[in-house]
Parts: sequence; structure tokens; C-alpha cells
Amino acid sequence: METARQMERSTSGAGDGRGSRPAAHELARYEALFAARTRGMKSSAMREMMALTERPDVISLAGGLPDTSTFAPELYAKLMSDVASESTARALQYGPTEGMASTVRCIVEVMAAEGTAIDPSEVIVTTGGQQVIDLVCKTLIDPGDVIVAEAPTYPGAVPTFSAYQAEVEQIEIDGDGMPIDALESTLDRLQAEGRRPKFIYTIPNFQNPGGVTMSLARRRRLIEVARERELLVLEDNPYGLLRYEGEPLPTLYSLDAGAVGRGGASDLVIYLGTFSKILSPGLRLGWAVAPRPVLEKLNLGKQGADLCSSPVTQMFVSAYFKERGAQGQAGWREYVDRLRDLYRRRRDVMLEALTEHFGEEARWTEPQGGLFIWASLDQRIDTTDLLALARKQEGVAFVPGRAAYVDGRRGASSMRLNFAGVPDDDIREGVRRIGRAVREQVGLLGSFTGASSGAAAHGRPRDDQQPTDQPESPADASARLADVVELPRRGEAPSARRRQDR
Amino acid sequence: MSATMKVAVLKGGRSLERKVSLRSGAQVQDALLQLGHEVVAIDAGAELTPELLAARPDAVFVALHGRDGEDGTVQGLLEAIGAPYTGSGPAACMCCTDKVLAKHLMRGAGIPTPDFHFLREASIKELGAAAATGDIERRLGLPLVVKPAVGGSALGVKFARTSEELPGALVGAFSYDRTILIERYVKGRDLAVSILDGDGTDEPASRPVALPVVEAVPREEDFFDYESRYEIGMTTFVCPADLPPQTTARAQELALRVYELLGCHGVARVDLMLDDDSGELWVLETNVVPGLTETSLLPQAADAAGIGFEELVERILASAFTR
Repeated sequence: METARQMERSTSGAGDGRGSRPAAHELARYEALFAARTRGMKSSAMREMMALTERPDVISLAGGLPDTSTFAPELYAKLMSDVASESTARALQYGPTEGMASTVRCIVEVMAAEGTAIDPSEVIVTTGGQQVIDLVCKTLIDPGDVIVAEAPTYPGAVPTFSAYQAEVEQIEIDGDGMPIDALESTLDRLQAEGRRPKFIYTIPNFQNPGGVTMSLARRRRLIEVARERELLVLEDNPYGLLRYEGEPLPTLYSLDAGAVGRGGASDLVIYLGTFSKILSPGLRLGWAVAPRPVLEKLNLGKQGADLCSSPVTQMFVSAYFKERGAQGQAGWREYVDRLRDLYRRRRDVMLEALTEHFGEEARWTEPQGGLFIWASLDQRIDTTDLLALARKQEGVAFVPGRAAYVDGRRGASSMRLNFAGVPDDDIREGVRRIGRAVREQVGLLGSFTGASSGAAAHGRPRDDQQPTDQPESPADASARLADVVELPRRGEAPSARRRQDR
Repeated sequence: MSATMKVAVLKGGRSLERKVSLRSGAQVQDALLQLGHEVVAIDAGAELTPELLAARPDAVFVALHGRDGEDGTVQGLLEAIGAPYTGSGPAACMCCTDKVLAKHLMRGAGIPTPDFHFLREASIKELGAAAATGDIERRLGLPLVVKPAVGGSALGVKFARTSEELPGALVGAFSYDRTILIERYVKGRDLAVSILDGDGTDEPASRPVALPVVEAVPREEDFFDYESRYEIGMTTFVCPADLPPQTTARAQELALRVYELLGCHGVARVDLMLDDDSGELWVLETNVVPGLTETSLLPQAADAAGIGFEELVERILASAFTR
């Protein structure tokens, strides 16, 4: 009922003294006043449905959430109280647009942990990583300009791109991330059409939503291509430190900086980082590292957007980074280590649950890090409809694949599942519920198309029928991963490594 | 009706139209406050009945769309606790909300509605009804529109242009309801006629009147989809619709007949198609709790008839006391 009361306050308040709502004939006036770009800013039916999943009785695997319940409450209280008592006036004051020097020092530390040296004067602290995407678009995109992104891509970037009237070209990814030959042929085609892309948007590590990681060879090649064609790259790296297995790969930023030998600075990569996944999204603190001319424009853009990011949370971060952990290491690193252990286990719980409850037809990625698994079902199933059924009948939610495509059409039989922010039991139960909804739909499809045999139509869980089926060989896993993202996969199978790590 | 009342506005709820309902409810609250009433806003959830019992309102304004709000559930509940409420009673709500039932009633009464059949999930699982889809397709012809029997928004409405698309469309629609309607697709213009009970100044009092016809012209999409339905700028609404006088009169006459046939009370919106090929008017469905958002059709139609939003709300409120 909390929501009901809030709703009441927020909506009935509008009636006090502001005059009545406009008569219908006046409504056309609003339309005339709206900017052309608002046409692209539509709320989709799917999003409306997603809003309904934010209820306590629904197990949501839809969030992009880290698990903030793991943060020690006493530490939070201590840090807040330190900030309050030691720096009241500064914390309550405006801060510099580029961010506070003490926060930038923390960012340099995080970047170093990512194996990336940066020049502190090329950093801008932002209000969440999301603001970087917004500011980069604000800086670079005129209506009709092209952004090249991955397919699928971060669902939260789609409305930002749309709001700036960008045309988005999406490159289908495979198990090694964005295939650079496909990127090049897209760039060739754009050139032939007289359209010049402004930047390439990529999430190289544990991609959201795909869960895949761009290989080192492709990272190198991407930098070469960007250099040859004089394009900027927006490297979105929120989860780089949340790697559960395998060796970390260098950031695009560091590869470019190394290539040009500019003493640590890249001149074509805009790097996006955030405290959201390694500390807290509630702080709303992220950052960009960018070539200086771009940085200056980002700064101007931020002045117009919000003047500065919250000094309160910036000071919280700098206080936090001074803490030592129980092991005597930097406290924040020990916390990230704990998150890694927790999320690795949850990922494995989800992978097991998927094997148990998703049918023969289903395929999914096995991410080496990050927060998400991307699962693809029988192509005849539309996951937007499936969500309606699963929400209503099973009380479970996920992100339908369409959300990760700018055209809102592709990805129709896929879904993004979050494992990081969900307790083990809820992961198992959530996946079991989705599996039940899938079997119901597949069974129904079977009755209409006359395909009545097999597990799909009768909805038996897969482990009931062929126990000899498992364990699967790495080769199988590789084929599976390739199917998920629809292009041939190169490189070795992640599942083999996963088993070693366990 | 000038006396100040305590009015509970029911909105939100758990249907797919929750957001639309919240917007309708907010508009209604503003208008009621302007009219000098005391407003209690209730987001329909587990505490709905206790909150109503605690608030003891003089009247309940139903601004809940979709399930619960439009299917008679809430109306039955309000009768159980003796609270006067706006709009249609449980029986009319049940008839209008179930598109299959409404279409059968309309066909029985000789009101033109596109040819249709329906399927139940249970009949597919237990009676082998899937075998009938070939016949359905042959009888109705392609393309076909498949809709959940219950649900006022276009989410879940599927089109099948070919036989191959039909199974997916059926399964998609079944995701939203256990009964689905399969309807011949009528290509034409989207019209809506809102009906409002009289304000009692004419004799005999409270006879329903048809408001001017609204035409919804989609901007870009092939079909009038959910997205375009509620967003300013996605659909152009023309009111009064640019139609020959006899077409307007016929649409209004049909809407009034449907309103009375289904036993509606207070207010309703009847959606029709004007067939491009034959020039025929076809009645699609009736909404007993029409949207009251900034872009909704009912407020536009009322406005075209010289009825401002506050007066519209006041008249709908009056329907709580004329049952």
C-alpha cells in the first residue's frame, strides 16, 4: 500500500492550484510544441508490462541489479557519518563539473585494477554510467547520424540513442563479441550510402545482454579499424572487474593508448566506467575518460544537464576507498572479490537451472563474468508474449530480447536473465517457472502445427528423458553458444573452463 | 450534484493497462478537486476493500481499465459493500469485456460485427480443437486478427497474413487469455463513438446520447498498435471525423444500439471500422471504462460536443446515482 499512498500524493498534488487539465481541443497544442525528437521517445507496450513486474510477488530476473544487500550496514553508516561530520559544508555544496579530485583518484585506482593507466585530467565524473551515454550522444550526434552498436545491445542505451534521433546500425555478435569483418562491411556499406558513423558503441566484457566477451584479436582489430576510419569508440565497461574465470583482457582504451604511445592516453576511445556494479548503483556515480577535445564538450554538456554529480556520494566513495579490508587489502577490492565469489556461484546456479528446466530447443550463453545470461528459445516463441504469460501465471519476469534491438523486432525469441542480484533459491525457482511457461507455449504450438511428439510438445523436463545426454562436451557447448548469437563461433568453449574453476 | 462529496477514485490495478489507468485516474482526480469534491485515490491492490471500507466514500469513480476494473469484478465488489459507483454494472461489464460474448450478442441482435470464431485453451488441450484451425481459416479468410477475448489494450492482438503465421499468432494471443477470438480482418478507418448518459435537463432524463465520432489515424504503423494508441504524436485523432452525414448518423445509431443491447450505464465507448471496400460499418467492441487520459478518445469527443473535461467527469460521476 506504500505505492498507493505515494501515487496518491504525487498525482492528486497536481490538482492543487495549478488550474484544471486542458480541454481536449487544447491537446493538439502540446503536440505542436513537442520537439521532433520526442517522436522517437515512445514508451513501448513491453516496457509498460515490465513495470508490472516490479511487485513483491514476482520473482524478477529482469533487473540489471547487483546485490547491494552484501554491503555491510555498519560500514555504510560509518562512512555516511564520517562524510557528515567531517565535511558537512563541502558535501552539501555544489562541486566541480568534472568531479572532485578525491573521487577522480578513486577512479584512477579502479582503472589501474582494470590494467589501464589514465591521465586524471582526462576524467569526468558523471551521474551514473548512463549519463556518459547521454553526454556522448549530446556531443556527437546530430539527427540522422549513425551509431554502430552490437546486436543485441544494452537495452538502456536504446532510448538514449532514439532520443538523439540517431540511426543505429547493429552488428550481430557471436561468442567472441562483435565480429570485426561484419563491422567493416557495415562501415563500407555506410560509406557507399554516404552516411558517416560517429562512434562505435561496444560493451567488450560480459556484454549486456549477450553475456559474451570480445576476444583480444578482435579488440586489437577494432582499434585498427577505428583508427583507419577515424571513428570514435565508446567502450562501456561496467563489469570488467566482475570476472569469474579466465584471464582479464586489456581494455580497448589501454590497447589504443599503447598503440599510439601517448603515455597512457587514448585518442579515439571514450571509456565509460561506473561504481554501480562494484559498489552501488544508488550512488549514481560513473565516469568517462575521453580525449581532451571530447572531454571539454562532455563537460559543457554536463553543465547543461546537471552542473555536477552529487558531492555527497562522491565523498562517500572517496571515504570508502580509504578503508582497509579484513584481509588488509584495500577494502573496495576485497568487497569486489566477495561479489565475484557470490556472482560466480549464482551464475552456476542459473546455468544448472537452465539445463534442468529449459527445453531441448533452448540455447544460452555461459558468461565468464558480469550479470547476465542471454537465452534463446524455439524461434516461434515471442518472449514479449511469453513474459505476459509468465508474469500472470507463474509470477516471474525477465527482459524480452526485443528490448535489446533498436528496431524492437529482432531478438523476439530471446531473453535476458539477471543472476547477480537474485538469491540462489529465487534463481532456481524463477528459471523453473519460466521453463514451465515455455513448455506450455511450445506444447500449444505443437498442437497447432501437428508436431505432437518429443519433449517439446509434452513438456517433459529434459533430464527426464535422456540421462545419458550429459555431461555435454565442450564442442557441444561451443555449438550452443554459436546458435545463441546466430553466427559461427571461434575460440574455445567457456564451459570447459567453468568446470575447472568450480 | 453541486454538493461536495467524498469520491474514491479507483485506478492502477494489475492489468496490462495499469499505466493508462493511472493516467486516467490522475486526470479524474484533478477534475474532481476542481469541482470541489474531496478525493481519495486508491491504487487497486490487496488493500482495496479495507481502504474503501475505511474511507466510506459517497461515490466511487471507477477509472480502472482492463481486468478487475472492466470485467465486473470491482463492480460486484462495490455492490457488495453498498458503495455507489460510476459506469456500467457487473452484467454489462462482463458482456462488454468478453469480446466473444459481446460479438455473439451483437450478431444475435443483427448488429454488424466482423465474422469470427473463438478457441479456448481447454478445448485445445482436451478436445483436440487445434484441428479446427484449418476450417476457421477457410471460413474467415486471410488475413486474420487474433485477440485475447478479454483485455482492452492492443497488447496481445496478433495478425496472421498467411497460414504459416497463424499458429504463432494463436499462441501469442493465448499468452494473455485462455480464450481467444479469431476475427476476419477489416481494412478500413478506425472510428470510435462515445456514449454518455444524458444530464437530466432533457426529458426523459438520462437518455444516452452519442457524442461526435472520433477517427484515429495511425501515423506510421500499418496497424493501430498499442504503442500508438496512447501516445501523443503517434496517432492523429480527428473529431468530429470527416464522414458523410449518413455515415456519422449510422455509426452513432449503431453505437447507441450496442450500448443498450449490452446494458451499459453512464458511459461507454464503442469502436467501429468503416470498411474501405464495402463502405459498411462494423462494430468491433465496447469499452465500459473508456480511457480518460490527455489523449483518450472520450474526452476529445466530449469536447467536440461542447462538454469540457470537468463537466464530463461530473456527468460520469452522476451515473453513480441514476442506476
